[in-house]
Amino acid sequence: MNLLDPQGPVAAANSTILVDSVFIMLAIVVPTIVAIVAFAFWFRASNTRARFQPDFVYSGRVEMVVWSIPALTVILLGGVAWIGSHQLDPRAPVPGTGSPVRIQAVSLDWKWLFIYPDQRIATVNSLTIPAGAELNFQLTSSSVMNVFFIPQLGSMIYTMNGMVTNLNLRADNEGKLQGLSAHFSGDGFPDMMFDVNVVSPLSFPDWVATTAKTDAVLNEDSYKKLMQQGIEKGRPTYRLDDPRLFDLIATQHIPPGPGPELVSDAGRSHTGGVDAR
Amino acid sequence: MSMTATAGRAHADPHHIGLVIEHPGPAPKRTVTAYGFWVFLLSDIVMFSCFFAAYAVLVNQTADGPKGSEIFEQRNVAIETVCLLLSSFTCGMASIAADVRNRFWFYLGMAVTCVLGLIFLAIEFREFADLVSRGYGPSRSAFLSAFFSLVGCHGLHVSAGVLWLLTMMAQVFAKGFRADVLRRMMCFALFWHALDIIWVGVFSVVYLLGGGA
Amino acid sequence: MQAVPTLEALMLGKLDWSAIPFDQPIPLIAGGVVLVAILAVLIWVVVKGHLPYLWHEWITSVDHKRIGVMYILLASVMLLRGGSDAIMMRIQQAIAYQSQGYLPPEHYNQIFSAHGTIMIFFVAMPFVIGLMNLVVPLQLGVRDVAFPTLNSVGFWLTATGALLVNLSLVIGEFARTGWLAFPPLSELSYSPGVGVDYYAWSLQISGVGTLVAGINLVTTVLKLRTKGMNYLRMPMFCWTTLASNLLIVAAFPILTATLAMLLLDRYLGFHFFTNEAGGNVMMFMNLIWAWGHPEVYILVLPAFGIFSEVVSTFSGKALFGYRSMVLATMAICVISFMVWLHHFFTMGAGPDVNAIFGIASMIIAVPTGVKIYNWLFTMYGGRIRFATPMLWAVGFMVTFIIGGLTGVLVAVPPADFMLHNSMFLVAHFHNVIIGGVLFGAFAGFEYWFPKAFGFRLDERWGKLAFWFTFTGFWITFVPLYAAGMLGMTRRLQHYNVAEWRPWMIVAAIGMAVLSIGVICQIMQLVVSIRNREALRDRTGDPWDGRSLEWATSSPPPVFNFAFHPDVRGEDAYWDMKIAAQQQSLEHDVPEYQDIEMPRNSPTGFVCAFFATIMGFALIWHIWWMVILGGIGAFATFVVFAWRDHDEYVIPAAEVAAIDRVNLEERRSLVSMAGAI
Repeated sequence: MNLLDPQGPVAAANSTILVDSVFIMLAIVVPTIVAIVAFAFWFRASNTRARFQPDFVYSGRVEMVVWSIPALTVILLGGVAWIGSHQLDPRAPVPGTGSPVRIQAVSLDWKWLFIYPDQRIATVNSLTIPAGAELNFQLTSSSVMNVFFIPQLGSMIYTMNGMVTNLNLRADNEGKLQGLSAHFSGDGFPDMMFDVNVVSPLSFPDWVATTAKTDAVLNEDSYKKLMQQGIEKGRPTYRLDDPRLFDLIATQHIPPGPGPELVSDAGRSHTGGVDAR
Repeated sequence: MSMTATAGRAHADPHHIGLVIEHPGPAPKRTVTAYGFWVFLLSDIVMFSCFFAAYAVLVNQTADGPKGSEIFEQRNVAIETVCLLLSSFTCGMASIAADVRNRFWFYLGMAVTCVLGLIFLAIEFREFADLVSRGYGPSRSAFLSAFFSLVGCHGLHVSAGVLWLLTMMAQVFAKGFRADVLRRMMCFALFWHALDIIWVGVFSVVYLLGGGA
Repeated sequence: MQAVPTLEALMLGKLDWSAIPFDQPIPLIAGGVVLVAILAVLIWVVVKGHLPYLWHEWITSVDHKRIGVMYILLASVMLLRGGSDAIMMRIQQAIAYQSQGYLPPEHYNQIFSAHGTIMIFFVAMPFVIGLMNLVVPLQLGVRDVAFPTLNSVGFWLTATGALLVNLSLVIGEFARTGWLAFPPLSELSYSPGVGVDYYAWSLQISGVGTLVAGINLVTTVLKLRTKGMNYLRMPMFCWTTLASNLLIVAAFPILTATLAMLLLDRYLGFHFFTNEAGGNVMMFMNLIWAWGHPEVYILVLPAFGIFSEVVSTFSGKALFGYRSMVLATMAICVISFMVWLHHFFTMGAGPDVNAIFGIASMIIAVPTGVKIYNWLFTMYGGRIRFATPMLWAVGFMVTFIIGGLTGVLVAVPPADFMLHNSMFLVAHFHNVIIGGVLFGAFAGFEYWFPKAFGFRLDERWGKLAFWFTFTGFWITFVPLYAAGMLGMTRRLQHYNVAEWRPWMIVAAIGMAVLSIGVICQIMQLVVSIRNREALRDRTGDPWDGRSLEWATSSPPPVFNFAFHPDVRGEDAYWDMKIAAQQQSLEHDVPEYQDIEMPRNSPTGFVCAFFATIMGFALIWHIWWMVILGGIGAFATFVVFAWRDHDEYVIPAAEVAAIDRVNLEERRSLVSMAGAI
């Protein structure tokens, strides 16, 4: 999951900016730290060779320099930030080879549901994508906030109930990656890691065909079962019944997922974590 | 520790040019109290601005419930506004009376202020009770949540103000126009006027903008 | 439909025996130990007959110095609590590789939430407010803060908040949502327990205390300054105090309003941040960070002020570029309100918005950088004495620059797209908060301790504490930077990524080193108290200081100064020392006058007592107790307003007697120095 080992153009650009920014700043940070240590050492009270200059408390020239150094650095970095933010806008498509793949990701308590509306299949905690293709993600949440993040593909984005956020990525190399939720979402949060299988563009249709033969069907009912709080250890796959399922979730036609337990009518709910699970 | 204060003055900064007006020293208590209370009022206004902001964000989130124009009654709001503005005037009268130590006019001014405040609260309470009974309580929609909180927060301030007002009257009755009582009276007057200003905001943002649409 | 509530439900609300975590040994034992310790201390106090002394001299005191000391004591105790949480988290993450570790999620999640809440609200805040309380009136040359009794109220309300947070350890639970309790997770449907209520009510109550402290200190700096103390002659610490408290006054009401909305959602079914009926979670994000980002500067600006004092004193020079520093401070104060969105670049705002907020955030680095350079040039040409406070200052400068670097890095939106919410971010804000605020608090503690208590702290243990803390800090947090670069996100109770594990183990080792630092600090206190006669500061000026707090005795008399000092320039006390030498110590015999001081008052303590009752009752839905607490608090204020004498007089003769002792000590020492 090394951020400095990107597997796609977005992650590559992100990490390049990251590394460049660090070097730009190191160029002034390192001399400053050296100066701090050097001044502190040389002007120690016991050093008789150091000249005591108690009246050196103002210098227009020094002031000029100390305001300009950080200002110039920030101007430079500000340029990087401006250009970078625009070039790497998560909403901007990342062109690739072949036809784009549309994926709708829903964060559930506490698992990830990936819907492939065009292929009419869905998977849980396992994302399979073709290498080199343009990937358009639509993201939402069944209940609380989460963040969709595949470190080696770059750019993370929040998922929120009742809202759709967009993310565009591309994976360049075949292989296995990992994704995770980057926003704390409750007791099962650590188990929200998911597999990312980047397969060749040729074997992707095969995988779709195999998955479409699954017995399990994802419709409103099975979705409602799936969104109950719990941890999913397996990697279930589904045939997708209604390709508009994601819209029903995002527009809250399917109501948000329930919490740990229903609050009883007298408003009494017990405390402590044990009964909440 | 030896004192090696032989050199090293702070005046090497060349910009000490011309006359510097010397600070005269700590301010008198009345100034300090008023100043501190002003700072508090500013912070209170910041808090209100959050509720205003929330209202602005949520005003269209009616969740198929009523819109503002369907539930606001301009006549009641007009009466509320008149009450509050008048009460500011009578509160000012009471302040002047306190400054010249005239008990009769002080009590009269405060009593009228109190009555006007209570009328305001009664109308607001009736408006809220009416809405809740029609099923348009604050849990109906995000818009109504924001509406009840903003207007209710002001209402709570007015209630606290009435409590403070009565305490001030009791205190003048028991202690007379002592210096500390006068300082508190000044703070109360500031508070009451500030509530008026906030009401002008509530009136414009909630009832005028929301009612017309 | 709603059933008629039982008598039990009326009397006790949601409270019953299941609130005590009998099945969770760790919090139960921890809570039990704390309870026994508190009881033991109480019994000891009563048996030894210290209670009247404590009551009259401390609990009811409205003396800003005493209140400052109590704030710092509260912060130190809570530092141990927050620190234990940190140790537990580091151990959990070190062993929870492909296993559940030793803490189940519902417990681990409470721990990291409590750690953040406690460290920010009940360690960092009271520590800096305590130092400001202690020092600012002395530096301004006045006798007390603007509102002494309110000051006491503010402190005790802060203590109430701390008490409630700790109460959640044994009765009920604490929030399991993180230290900012983001909805909808913190809404009733996803957090039905009392944890979030404990969180919100303790912050509401202590928030009132903080606001009171803020108003008090703003008014003090702006309206209570001694003769000749023009704005541009104030010590740097007063300037940063002003900036920090202006931020408190402007930002804390936002927190109050935001938490009030969350509480309305939870208690009365409102829909501010719920998933249903049009609630908007993004509004919470915006509001909470509109408070949260200024909060960072509320904490770090006073630390900057402390370092300015320390660096200039121990370099034996005036602060370099004083006006530049003032400008930088006020610039930070203003800009800090314009950058809140950088906490959620990844929420999907457009590139323009992200870039603008990113650049605004970077701009804060400019005045901050200027401050670093000005400290650097203060050292240049100085005669630096490496007493413990100066060690903390230099340690800070090195540490904080790295923290600043990583901070600017996450202000670049595309970089933040990779680092948001990661361990890298965790490392970054610990780097600035520990390296900035905590080092600053420790420096201030070492620097002003002699002023508060009349004796210096042991240097050997102090230096040991510094080196262990400094080293421990780096061993703990460099691995977290590394883990963040490996994609590790924060708040993980367990994980199964092998490459993260070594870093977590190193971080746990670092935590052990850091803990040794804390132990050294405790040892320093113990050793110093034992050797206090040898460490006694007789002159009131142990460090050869430059500002007015050193012009009075240590500890200062209750009235601080027999006369309001007359200030003629920056570094007021330094100028006086020079003047004293040049006039070969000829002093007029001053004519002492009676001094009026505010009387002590139990208002703060009683008010906090009722606030505690009210807070607890609100958390557990015990409505009759809420009303009782409310009436009690109101009655307290009325009783306070009714008292006839709010001041007492110290006769001129007594003032003279106290002042002369200190003057004699000083003169003898100055003449000795002159003779050499």
